[in-house]
Amino acid sequence: MSYIGIIITFVFINNFILTQFLGLCPFIGVSRKTDSAIGMGFAVIFVMSMASLATWAVYRLILVPLNIEYLQTISFILIIAALVQLVEMVIMKISPPLYKALGIYLPLITTNCAVLGIALIAVRSDYNALESFVAGIAAGVGFLLAIVVMSTIRERLDREWVPKPFRGVPIAFITAGLMALAFMAFDKALLKNLLG
Amino acid sequence: MYSEFSKGIFKENPIFIILLGLCPTLAVSTQVVNALGMGAGVIFVLLGSEIFVSLLKDFIPERIRIPSFIVIIASFVTIVDLVMQAYAPSLSRNLGVFVQLIVVNCIILGRAEAFASKRKLGESLLDALGMGVGFTLGLLLISAIREILGSGTITLFAVGSFDGVVRIPGLSSQPARVLALAPGALLVIGFLKALFNWLEMRRETREAWVAAPPLVATGAAAADGSLPATEGGA
Repeated sequence: MSYIGIIITFVFINNFILTQFLGLCPFIGVSRKTDSAIGMGFAVIFVMSMASLATWAVYRLILVPLNIEYLQTISFILIIAALVQLVEMVIMKISPPLYKALGIYLPLITTNCAVLGIALIAVRSDYNALESFVAGIAAGVGFLLAIVVMSTIRERLDREWVPKPFRGVPIAFITAGLMALAFMAFDKALLKNLLG
Repeated sequence: MYSEFSKGIFKENPIFIILLGLCPTLAVSTQVVNALGMGAGVIFVLLGSEIFVSLLKDFIPERIRIPSFIVIIASFVTIVDLVMQAYAPSLSRNLGVFVQLIVVNCIILGRAEAFASKRKLGESLLDALGMGVGFTLGLLLISAIREILGSGTITLFAVGSFDGVVRIPGLSSQPARVLALAPGALLVIGFLKALFNWLEMRRETREAWVAAPPLVATGAAAADGSLPATEGGA
């Protein structure tokens, strides 16, 4: 599949949050304010692209040659956990302002299923190194798009009257459901029309 | 002891009350049989990892406890994944990547960290069972609503001549298909969570009323014996 195809697929058609439900916890948890949603979104893009590249390397260069693919789950989750720590330390050293902006979101990302999700999906789809990397970025951008739109809607919702049992999480889910309905307009046919 | 088990089902239900482990919940809740398979997988991983964490808690150094817990959990997830591929290939195909994603299901790491690493083996075992059963019931409820309304069927395991699919007359020809698609999952859990919030609010108002009946309402309520009107129900 072409790179443009991968990007459109992961940003719109298979948007991680709205169609695959990966990364739903931070989506609901960190979407109250637009500022923090943007911070979380960029942290996720960063970690996902790194993680999909790193897990590709470990899978193709270590697990497959040694015939131990069954250690996939264990090794991937450890790589992601270590990677998040590493990224945190590197950012802290290189760019303190960026660390200040992303710092609090980074530890949360280890348990973000979107990161392990993209690693596993890239392996299952037999992507090469660059394709995995692009898929990681695209899935992250899809996450950023969804969480930023969601946070702006929720900021407006805070000023509206909502029946008491629906306040907070329930109305957030229903909003997300309506967003997912809108995203259903993006399907495989769109990809076919665009790329021929 | 019994309360360690039952709290996971009602009071601290992982799906509806503490909202943990949502990703697998929503993604696999299109068919009842998927919910059962996923529930069984989660119960096994929860049991295995809570037992191991509880047994090993004195040997794992404090500073590396989270990575150690993750390795224990990932080992049990691998077992579930391989067993499912071998003995239930169609279920394994349906659940796809979500079996391996049990690893990052926050319920499991959450229970290992908050409960099993501090308690005795017996209590951890009951806690794991309760949380696992609570998770399965929540998942079953969501998938039953989505499948019955969204496809008009209930898919169970195929036994003998029974193909495993119960068709609901009237619904299976014209179902509300949106509920079986991705948006349906988000809508169903939103409405269910609101329903549970409303029930909780009703209970609280009623308890507050029983504990201290408001002076004005006492006479009127005693006269016709009706229950106090609640904010949510009004």
